Amino acid sequence: MKLTRRVALSALSVTALAVTAACGSGSSASGGGDISIGLAVSTLNNPYFVELKQGAEEAAKELGVKLVVVDAQNDATNQVNQVQTFTTQGVKSIIINPVDSKQAAPAAKAAENASIPLVSVDRSVEGGKVASEVTSNNVQGGSLAAVELGRATSGEVVHLQGIPGASAARDRGQGFEQGLNSGSIKVVASQAADFDRAKGLDVMNNLLQSNPGLKGVFADNDEMALGAIKALGARAGKDVQVVGFDGTPDGLKAIEDGTMAATIAQQPKVLGHKAVEEAVKAAKGEPVQRVIDVEVKVVNKQNLAEFKK
Amino acid sequence: MTSTTARGFDARKIFSENGALGGLIVLVVALSVLAPSFLSTQNLLNVGVQAAVVAILAFGSTFVIVSGGIDLSVGSVAALSAMVAAWASAEAGMPGPAALVLGLVTGVVAGLVNGALVSYGKLPAFIATLAMLSIARGLTLVVSGGTPLPTPDVVSFLGSNLGRFLPLPLLIMLVFFGVTALVLARTYSGRAMYVIGGNEEAARLSGIDVRKQKLVIYALSGLFAAVAGLLLAGRLSSAGPQAAVGYELDAIAAVVIGGASLSGGVGRASGTLIGALVLAVLRNGLNQLQVTPFWQQVVIGVVIALAVLLDTLRRRSR
Repeated sequence: MKLTRRVALSALSVTALAVTAACGSGSSASGGGDISIGLAVSTLNNPYFVELKQGAEEAAKELGVKLVVVDAQNDATNQVNQVQTFTTQGVKSIIINPVDSKQAAPAAKAAENASIPLVSVDRSVEGGKVASEVTSNNVQGGSLAAVELGRATSGEVVHLQGIPGASAARDRGQGFEQGLNSGSIKVVASQAADFDRAKGLDVMNNLLQSNPGLKGVFADNDEMALGAIKALGARAGKDVQVVGFDGTPDGLKAIEDGTMAATIAQQPKVLGHKAVEEAVKAAKGEPVQRVIDVEVKVVNKQNLAEFKK
Repeated sequence: MTSTTARGFDARKIFSENGALGGLIVLVVALSVLAPSFLSTQNLLNVGVQAAVVAILAFGSTFVIVSGGIDLSVGSVAALSAMVAAWASAEAGMPGPAALVLGLVTGVVAGLVNGALVSYGKLPAFIATLAMLSIARGLTLVVSGGTPLPTPDVVSFLGSNLGRFLPLPLLIMLVFFGVTALVLARTYSGRAMYVIGGNEEAARLSGIDVRKQKLVIYALSGLFAAVAGLLLAGRLSSAGPQAAVGYELDAIAAVVIGGASLSGGVGRASGTLIGALVLAVLRNGLNQLQVTPFWQQVVIGVVIALAVLLDTLRRRSR
């Protein structure tokens, strides 16, 4: 009996702690107005999505709506729960940045059942109804990366992949392979480094042992590219060219320093901004644009200035 | 208490006490045959460097596991400590060495909170450190604002090479191996860890201040996590908000592969070192063999299970 009470107490306090922690970092509100919009972000553990959130917050402020942000911490089930919670909180429209395109259908269903318009941002929702889709094309970005790498170097290259099975890794990898036939590069190894900088460093070091003569690297995101650059040391940007993806501030700095040849910039702030614009239109019952393609751009030393803020 | 000390280097004794050593050797031999580039000096140094962060986390976890506890927060605490150090120098303008110390203090404080929750709050260690896992990760995001921060030079130095060839992370790992072995074998706290892990009530009755010792144990784990986190950040010259996610599981796996028992009372620094090396050798080898990423996770899981299974069977047959 005493033990049960103790366990219950511990469980309670942990819940309390977890709730406090969630409140501190998970949700934020900005602006006033009587329209409130929910934004379900895949993860704020990644600078890219933090920028997306910032863009959304800026738009909410400009348009005078209240934005409620939740973070699914890359857990698709968690995200479905969060969207369901939104439907009972009186939000007028919901923006979802799916953890995984293929696993977001239940979230779309929940919004549809509650007759709340849904806007997807950065990744699409497969098998669900959305009012508007604000994306940058990851497949096209992968192809652009292959072309750019083929332009910067020739010979053997390696491909550092994102989390196995994640949609961004799938799409970028698919695009990269499609773009390969146009250049004079040959992929000799494809290994996962989970979008993580430290793993990028370790995997690159390992691949350098078995492929000492390689000439180029394509990484599914800038974080892994930066890890690879660390592993390449003085070779990076000299006899080995590295192309990343995302255009994060650290990635742009590496291009400036000459260690990274190029990155494929998505524009996370623009994505967040446009998503809120569409969500507000949908909330007011105004017509929305079905698909908004935010451009992906190759960033290299020549056009770097356009992207540095 | 027969196997707690490591006096001298008796090869047979080392083998009979460390079942995982056999597994490590089998792995190394197999990979040397399959991947021609595996056995180069540079690659073996790489393996050592890649093992360092998990090994140091695992040394800290060895104290906790030997005493019958568990620390799930080490990955998050490592990330938080590194982030605090990076923030202190990059944003608050503190000198590098002071920022480094602040990072270490962060780890110790997180460990003390764990220890206090376990010993005075009477929380199960699993729950207390699970809460810290979430809290420390959240605080890492709060401090960083979600973006990576550059580390001070002194931290970056920790992750670099001494001279042209000798990687500092490897040396630091070996130093902490020595410290761990020393603490476990030669200090009052170390002996208390085995007694508490063997039977906590008996430990209390025999006059050990169990609460105080648990504070020491979790503080040590926090300190080791901070060192590991600083090392990880140093290797990248950057502290990331998402650094070291899931490393606590690698650390626990390393300790258990090394022959420690999750029910407490058993475990050695040398075993843990071997456990960490097994994981690093495996990842390195799988990369070089270019096993597809989907299968790599399967192989890693199978090897962890086999390593522990072999050790259990060996013990039972004696």
